[in-house]
This record gives sequence, structure tokens and C-alpha cells, in this order.
Amino acid sequence: MAQIETIESQKTSIGKTVRTEEMIINMGPQHPSTHGVLRLELVVDGEIVVEVIPHIGYLHRCFEKHAESMANYQQVIPYCDRLDYISSMSMDWAYAMAVEKMLGIKIPERVEYIRVVMAELQRIASHLIALGTYGLDVGAFTPFLYCFRDRERILDLFEMTCGARLLYNYIWVGGVSHDLPPGFVEKARDFCRYFRPSLKEINDLLTYNKIFIERTADVGILPADVAINYACSGPMLRASGVNFDLRRDDPYSVYDRLDWEVQIGKGDVGTVGDCWDRYMVRVREMEQSAAIIEQALEQLPSGDVSAAIPKRIRPPVCDVYVRSESPRGEIGFYVVSDGTGSPFRVKARSPAFVNLSVLPEICKGYMIADLVAIVGSVDIVLGEVDR
Amino acid sequence: MTPQEIAAKLKARFGEAISDLKEAPPSDPFISIQSLRVKDVAAFLRSDPDLEFDYLMCLSGMDYNNGNLGVVYNLYSMTKRHKLTLRVEVPKADPKVPSVESIWRTADWHEREAYDLVGIVFAGHPDLRRILCPYDWEGHPLQKDYKVPEFYQGMKVPY
Repeated sequence: MAQIETIESQKTSIGKTVRTEEMIINMGPQHPSTHGVLRLELVVDGEIVVEVIPHIGYLHRCFEKHAESMANYQQVIPYCDRLDYISSMSMDWAYAMAVEKMLGIKIPERVEYIRVVMAELQRIASHLIALGTYGLDVGAFTPFLYCFRDRERILDLFEMTCGARLLYNYIWVGGVSHDLPPGFVEKARDFCRYFRPSLKEINDLLTYNKIFIERTADVGILPADVAINYACSGPMLRASGVNFDLRRDDPYSVYDRLDWEVQIGKGDVGTVGDCWDRYMVRVREMEQSAAIIEQALEQLPSGDVSAAIPKRIRPPVCDVYVRSESPRGEIGFYVVSDGTGSPFRVKARSPAFVNLSVLPEICKGYMIADLVAIVGSVDIVLGEVDR
Repeated sequence: MTPQEIAAKLKARFGEAISDLKEAPPSDPFISIQSLRVKDVAAFLRSDPDLEFDYLMCLSGMDYNNGNLGVVYNLYSMTKRHKLTLRVEVPKADPKVPSVESIWRTADWHEREAYDLVGIVFAGHPDLRRILCPYDWEGHPLQKDYKVPEFYQGMKVPY
């Protein structure tokens, strides 16, 4: 009861008493720093966050129900595009791999390499958005424009390949929709050459900016054991110092033939697993992705990209869980077939959904302004959280 | 450890509560467990020094369309690098499965989703609310016999 006494003793200059107690406020669903329609119910003590209760589902489009009602397996792919709409390639690929595993078909080498190139370009594009908007969240506007300038070049590459800039429907079960257009390889190489110096630009502008470091270092620390317990994945997990990447540790496609390094958080300016580490892992990953693209283009074999696309997909009665590394982490598809031409059940295990669930754990005790920095560092895409 | 070794170890510990390992490629090998023992098996899988399944990759609610609902657990061990799939089936009339939220915290939201969309009731879950559908939604959309309601809150749904 000591607290109430102090409250009563707090009087304003005109003699009114001041009530101090916890308050519930809503952040979102239309708050710009929630990256979409996410509502956070905050219990705050002044500026200090006591509890965070995320409310999701505003963008729920019944992906799984739609997938079940499709007439065949290929028709699900455009819906996968719309799961994580800023890394559609990775979503399509994960789904295609699941169905390919059910069918047991062998994918032509050229297709595998094309998919790797596309997925890594997509990773760079997606991380550029993550970094640019993260800068916006903490008050840096310029890096955002630089990031989008570079991302534009990647979108141009996608556009010349499949005609679309955001939702590609490019990776199909058994192959890809079009072969690489003439001039793609040179343009992609040009991009990699161009991209490395521009990465330095981003570092100079944002990464080692003192204000940025003050806002993000030692904020929202996620310890490694908590990250694993919450099944975090992708940059979120690696930033906590866990050296784990599905491309290397549960290898798929041709990643085992390429030479690159998994990047982990080291706590360079703060503690391992803070917001700055999550940011920095993405920066370093983009450099690795550029290296992967260059090697894959070097090794790119010739061949037919549509040879293995089945005319009719009718998997045996079976169920598979296939996972791969999307820019946000482990995208898994649990697909169940009942032997007919349309899927019996498609469950998408989306990385952002799982990564977001750790939010209440890492926000406690920080200021509301820090909460903005933490939500930004998780890099959620609500299309994929809500499905 | 291979799935066979894991299955043998579990069988020795839990006997009749779990089935033999079922393998039918291309499916992932899986083990069926009795719904009442889910939490015990999960706790053992997590804590046994040879198994150490510390990473719940995915938890999926299922409607098998034969009067049963089910839950599928896809487990992984970050230290031992092995995988296991568990399955449990419960009658649709009484779809109760013990919650594993206290064993893998990630199951919290996954179980809420399975409750919301499929209608499985996770006994012992501290906060079993709907997560993707609105709080006052009726029915569980991923059940195979689900009908899209004509009205929501007295408003006609244009569909």
C-alpha cells in the first residue's frame, strides 16, 4: 500500500492529485511501425512496456482452405505467392519441393540452379526491404531510398524473366515457367558487381550510424535457448548466435555445391541477439547471397527447364513435411495427399508467424519507442503471419 | 539416431501407448501415440539426453474426414540433427489433446491456430483463444464439413 500513499502525495501545482497506474493502449492495427495490420495490445507503466499481447489475423485469407479446394496441385502456387508477398519465389519453391517429394520426380540440374539464383536474388530484395523499412522505423529515411533503388534492379531481373515484379508464379512443380531470357546471366552478374559497393553505402549510412546503434544495440535481446524453444528461425535465430541455416544443415537443391558462409550474430556493438545483430545478420547475408548467385551463374548447366513438369499431378497417399530457408526463416509445407488430384491438406508453417510469437518475451521492460525497434527487427510480413 | 532407433527407444519406455514406426516412402516415417500420453512422450523426447528434440518445427491440426481429428508434430533436434513425426488422432465428438505448450513454447500459437481452424481442444493450454479468425467466429473452417456461414454478426456475407 506504500504506492498509494505516494500517489496521494503527488499533487499538481493547482492541487489536483495525479493517478499513476498501468494503462492499456493499442498499437495498430494501422500503426505504420507494425509493418502491416498487426495490433499490439500494450500494458504500459508510463513509457515502460509491462506486457505485449499481439493480435493477428487481420489479413487472414484462408490460404489452407483455398488450397484444399483447388482442382490440382499447380493451382496452389499463385496462392503461395501471396503468402510472403515480398519473397514469393521462396514460398513457391518450398511448396514445389514438397509436391516434388511426394511425386518423387527428379528435377533437371538447370532448373535447380535457376531456382537457387532466383531465391538468392529474392533474399537480397527481401532483406533490402527489411533494412530500409527498419531504418524508417527508427527515424532514418535516406537508407530506405537507397535500398529501394537497389531492389528495383532485382525486380527488373525478375520482370525480364517472368513478366511479374512481385507475384511471380515462376517456380512450378517440376520446373520453372520460363527459361532464363537472353542476357539474364550478364545482367545478373552486373548486378552482383554493382551491389557490393552499394552495400558499403548502406553500411556507411545506417549500420554504423551512432544514432542507429544507440537505438538498436542492447535492445530486445533474444537469448539462444529462448530462440530455439520458440522455434525461431532465419536471421532471428542466427542473430542469437545459433549457427544454423537450412541451406547448409538440412541441404536441399544444389546448395551443397556452392561455397558460402552462414552468418551469425556476434554482439559487435552490444549483446548477442539484440536488434542490431538481427539487422547486421541480414546485411552480411546479402553479401553471401551475392556470392552464391555468382557461383550458381558460373556453374549454370544447359538443358530443358520444363522437361520434368508433370502433365497431371496425382501423388500417392502420403504426407510430407518439407522445409527450406526463406529470407525470414524456415518456411515449411506439410502437404497431405489422399491419392486424388487435389491436395487433402496444405499447412504452411510460416517463419514470421513463429518469429512473431516470441515478441511478448523480448519486449518486457523496454520503452514503447524500443518496441518499435524490436518489431521492426523481427521483420514480419503480415501476409505470411495471417495466411 | 535413425527413426528406427528412436522408435525402439520410445517403445521400450512407453510400450502400448505408442505404435510401431510406420514407414511408407515418400511419407516421412511417423509414430502414432495415444492422445492421453502426448505430453509424457513429448516431455521424454525433449529431455532424454540421446533424443533432445528441442525444436518443434511444425504442429498441424488435421481433419481426417473419417470422424477423427488429429494433430501432427514435426520435431527436430538442433543438437543431434535428427527428425521425428508424431501423430495423434482423437474423435471429432471429443477432440481433446494435452497441450505441449509447456514443453515447447512455440506450440502456444500453433495450438491456438489448430484450435481456431480445426477445432482441437488442447487441455492445459493457458490461453486457448482464436488466433486467425475473429474472436466471435463460429465453427472451425478447416473441418471438412464446414459450411461458410450466411451471416456474420447479423450481416449478410457476400460470398
